[in-house]
Amino acid sequence: MTDPRFNDPLTRRQLLRRAAVGGTVLTLPALLAACGGGSSASGTTAAGTGGGKPQLKDVLNFSNWELYIDTKKPTTLQQFTEKTGIKVNYYEDVNSNDQYFAKVQGPLSQGKGIGRDIFVATDNSRFPGLYVSQEWVQELDKDLMPNFANLVDAQASPPFDPDRKFSMPWLSGMDGIAWNEDLTGPVTTVTQLFEDPKLKGKVTVWTEMGDTLGLVILDNGDDPSKVTDDSFNRAIDRVKQAVDSGQIVRFTGNDYAQPLAKGDLAACFAWSGDVAQLIADNPKLHWGVPEKGGIIWTDNMLIPLGGDVPTASTYMNFVYDPKVSAKIAVETTYISAVKGVKDEAVKIDPDAAKNPLIFPDDDILAQLHQNDPAMLNNDDYVTKWQEVQGK
Amino acid sequence: MGAFLHRHRGLTPYLLLAPGLLWLGIFFLIPLGFLGYESLQSGLFPNFEFTWEFSNFSDALSSYHEQLIRSFFYAGIATVACLLLAYPLAYWIAFKAGPWRNLFLLVIVAPFFVTYLVRTLAWLNILADQGPLVGFLRSIHVLGANEHLLSTTFAVVAGITYNFFPFMALPLYVSLEQIDSRLLEAAKDLYASSTKAFLRVTLPLSAPGIVAGTLLTFIPAAGDFINAALLGTPKQTMIGNVIQAKFLESLDYPTASALSFILMGAILVALLVYARVVGTEKLTG
Repeated sequence: MTDPRFNDPLTRRQLLRRAAVGGTVLTLPALLAACGGGSSASGTTAAGTGGGKPQLKDVLNFSNWELYIDTKKPTTLQQFTEKTGIKVNYYEDVNSNDQYFAKVQGPLSQGKGIGRDIFVATDNSRFPGLYVSQEWVQELDKDLMPNFANLVDAQASPPFDPDRKFSMPWLSGMDGIAWNEDLTGPVTTVTQLFEDPKLKGKVTVWTEMGDTLGLVILDNGDDPSKVTDDSFNRAIDRVKQAVDSGQIVRFTGNDYAQPLAKGDLAACFAWSGDVAQLIADNPKLHWGVPEKGGIIWTDNMLIPLGGDVPTASTYMNFVYDPKVSAKIAVETTYISAVKGVKDEAVKIDPDAAKNPLIFPDDDILAQLHQNDPAMLNNDDYVTKWQEVQGK
Repeated sequence: MGAFLHRHRGLTPYLLLAPGLLWLGIFFLIPLGFLGYESLQSGLFPNFEFTWEFSNFSDALSSYHEQLIRSFFYAGIATVACLLLAYPLAYWIAFKAGPWRNLFLLVIVAPFFVTYLVRTLAWLNILADQGPLVGFLRSIHVLGANEHLLSTTFAVVAGITYNFFPFMALPLYVSLEQIDSRLLEAAKDLYASSTKAFLRVTLPLSAPGIVAGTLLTFIPAAGDFINAALLGTPKQTMIGNVIQAKFLESLDYPTASALSFILMGAILVALLVYARVVGTEKLTG
């Protein structure tokens, strides 16, 4: 067929020109994204110290959960910068322990850094133990941490780090149920959360196995600190039922906070201090320990491979000053692990000493339990837990 | 040197292919081989041992066949939806757009300057209960007061359709644009109506574009996980979510590798059936 285009074949020049244009168009967005992201990844390298006082870096990169630090100026981060001259890049990119692990296990397993000097992991997950046993975290420099002595006795020797060589508590908190008064009456039991038809499709639970199953195990009347196959299976079955019935819409990390505040969720599992901070945006939110009991946990600061140990240790020392810890605890309404915090807290806010979220009294403490480390590290259980989430 | 090449002229095609084959070998075949090796390992992170563990495949298939079938189902629906939506658009741009055609092509591609994740997050706002779409559908009583669009199969499939739309639209456009308009003129001269001309001339001639578009859409969509993670509930998880969780969260590399091979195998089988049904000469036009 005499198609005019055949008289006019593609010349080499045309091919090269069009290939260049096409190639540029296809790769330009990716290059721009890579350039934009590259600068934030240039973290600190481990300081090579010669003898004597170690050199501190002038930037500290700190990964933490959201709603987990004070925001009223001058913030403790600003106070730290004033005192030491070290600027702090604070990243609220820990949404859940397993998601953060997914992000960092690649570089850490190859011995590479993650662009951070400190990150935070919760003790009621299998991850702090995993980080320590895999040697993906570095030892603290206790010489730079005279305030280490301020650590409360109860936190001196956790199972995953008996000598506190690798970690220091950041804050402790409680697992409970939050609800939005506009959408539902008080939700005080796990049974109500999982079975009340008014809440259908507007309920979330955590991706964290320890947190979610801990509350369900308690609601079943079993002991979360000594989990058996039976008590585990009973709890898993209840969660699975609630997922299948459409009651639970999603498994979340810390990202239940914004949907709860916006009204996309009617009720959900929530952490104690989050709701108190969200009430400023939405006064209709409430939080409570479930009737059958709650879980108490502690987040720990860890120094990943590639992080600068002296700089990180200096920051940890700063945070263990009771005045600093008091400001953080009072504004986040979480529990501090520093001795002498109560006296300092009262100076900032006289009502703070009476706030059970920051200073739980014995009645509340009696309702709180800790997770069984054996359950958290059981690979079989982890697989079953992933399957309930559809993965 | 020149004389050598001239004498061994037959070598030229292979020398031209060499860089591409080298690239393929290093960045595709070798990693694939390693993945296969991993899929036959057993044990727990990080102590995996190679033990010819073929049971990884049967175990993975029996545990996760639901997600596998679901992925093919969602990808299939999204591909058909893309085809039905993209074909009229590509047709219009190819035949009727005239001087505006480059602009419209740019508009189709423009969302790709934003990353995949952000594009999908935008749908969280579009389909939200307080969003405009749900409000509108409720006001015309298509959607009940208690029903929602987000966290449903509809949302996940809509997200997949949206994200892979350009992969369908552009190949369709290319093949439609190449149709010689004199063929359509000839059809009209032979008393064909517009519809008949379309069905008997345009559609068959655009078949290579349809095949290319459906392949480029279906294959990546089957392995997608972001739409299911953001827009769905645990009942909508796709095989991509399982593989991602197994690799990154459970650190169960053998099962994850086995699932990856199962997915690849399933797609290849689907591809073979498709090629058989469609006829391979359509692929090359």
